[in-house]
Amino acid sequence: MKRELRVHPIRNGTVIDHIAPGQALNVLKILGIVGTSDAVVSAVMNVQSKKAHTKDIVKVEDRELKPHEVDKIALIAPLATINIIRDYKVTKKDKVILPDAVVGVVRCANPNCISNTHEPVISKFTIDKSQSQIRLRCIYCERTISENIAEHLL
Amino acid sequence: MFAKKHIISMRDFSRAEIDHILQRAEALETFASERSTDILAGKILAMLFYEPSTRTRLSFETAMKRLGGETISMVSTEASSAAKGEMLADTIRVVGEYADVIVLRHPKEGSTRMSAEMSDVPIINAGDGAGHHPTQTLLDLYTIKRESNLRNLNIALIGDLKYGRTVHSLVYALSLYGAKISLVSPEQLCIPSDIKEDLTKSGIDVYETTKLEDVMEDADVVYVTRIQKERFPDLSEYQKVAGSYRISLKSLKNCKEDMIIMHPLPRVDEIDTEMDSTKHAKYFKQAFYGVPVRMAVLSLVLGCDV
Ligand SMILES: Nc1ncnc2c1ncn2[C@@H]1O[C@H](COP(=O)(O)OP(=O)(O)OP(=O)(O)O)[C@@H](O)[C@H]1O
Ligand SMILES: [Mg+2]
Ligand SMILES: [Zn+2]
Repeated sequence: MKRELRVHPIRNGTVIDHIAPGQALNVLKILGIVGTSDAVVSAVMNVQSKKAHTKDIVKVEDRELKPHEVDKIALIAPLATINIIRDYKVTKKDKVILPDAVVGVVRCANPNCISNTHEPVISKFTIDKSQSQIRLRCIYCERTISENIAEHLL
Repeated sequence: MFAKKHIISMRDFSRAEIDHILQRAEALETFASERSTDILAGKILAMLFYEPSTRTRLSFETAMKRLGGETISMVSTEASSAAKGEMLADTIRVVGEYADVIVLRHPKEGSTRMSAEMSDVPIINAGDGAGHHPTQTLLDLYTIKRESNLRNLNIALIGDLKYGRTVHSLVYALSLYGAKISLVSPEQLCIPSDIKEDLTKSGIDVYETTKLEDVMEDADVVYVTRIQKERFPDLSEYQKVAGSYRISLKSLKNCKEDMIIMHPLPRVDEIDTEMDSTKHAKYFKQAFYGVPVRMAVLSLVLGCDV
């Protein structure tokens, strides 16, 4: 086994690698793995990556991710890779892709925004990727979110 | 040909589209005062005002009537009693069955964008909470175009630059014209940092100061906004600050001959009434320009581009 593997290998499942350090628990939250869950999961945090910086890794057995889960992960860990493991081997590796817009994924931080009322409207944000730190802009009130995005996930 | 169906936020507009609206306003200006026209005869404008407004409501109504159209309206008192509990989304669908165009003012930010998504008729934003008020920005630009010059503009914005929505939209629009922008405000009311970032990103020369005297000499346009008492912990602090941004004859000492003073109105005492009779005062003219600009917007969204 490779040196990097700090936990036992999994036969089938998904490895989410190159997660921004500190975001592993938020990734688990996105996957709905909180409290009493019977998912077999391991998370390692702040491990040294080959690319000389630290990263978090999350490994989930017997599960592949849905597109909207991948979109959410992209928001908080734009450099993450999603590795599909079948029969102990990486059979597919994809970098997460930050979409240009997300629908129904983030709650607007503006309490006076129409998307936070009983009106029939689904939150919608455009994503500005031009800076190193991504910035979400509510298409309704135009308020932006760039810090602690995980706290605003629906 | 003008392709925008709704008028929601200045961010939706390119400089060419803004120029088109301003040219249209210029073409319609004579019909805003001397005589009316009938290019919108048979059209109905619905005004939905969930918050009080005088100037905006009256000037939209005037604009529609000057174009030969009719208006129906629901004002804030009705909105809060008769229609209590009804979703805005439903009201928009219903009113869209009556009218050809809707002007909406609503306390929630983003309410007009949502309305536009579900409306078959054009929606014009007349203020959505602390959000946008694009026809105010358009009339500000029109005033600058008519009374000063949008090219090589040096503009000073004075007062509450933090909470004032007029300032935020105006600053964004001015960035499309490459204006040189000076921001004058007390420290606690300075412009939000993300807006400033946007400005510098688009290559705009921004100068920030707390002193009015620093900008009076070079400004072509001095745009004054109100500083609200509520923003200060106590009255004496407010009075001290507000007093230092008041425009009076003394402020004119070194100003340019053709400098103009603008204000979105209503003013309280941030511009001394002794200024009203000077050639620099353009705030009442600015209020008038709201009519041709709204005529332009109404005629364009209704597909009348002749
Ligand atoms: N069977 C397995 N069980 C658990 N984790 C695995 C398994 N196979 C690979 N991994 C983990 O999945 C991730 C990707 O594996 P891979 O072999 O592609 O590594 P790599 O070549 O370093 O890829 P990258 O360039 O994406 O970092 C690594 O973190 C690795 O430890
Ligand atoms: Mg690796
Ligand atoms: Zn919002």
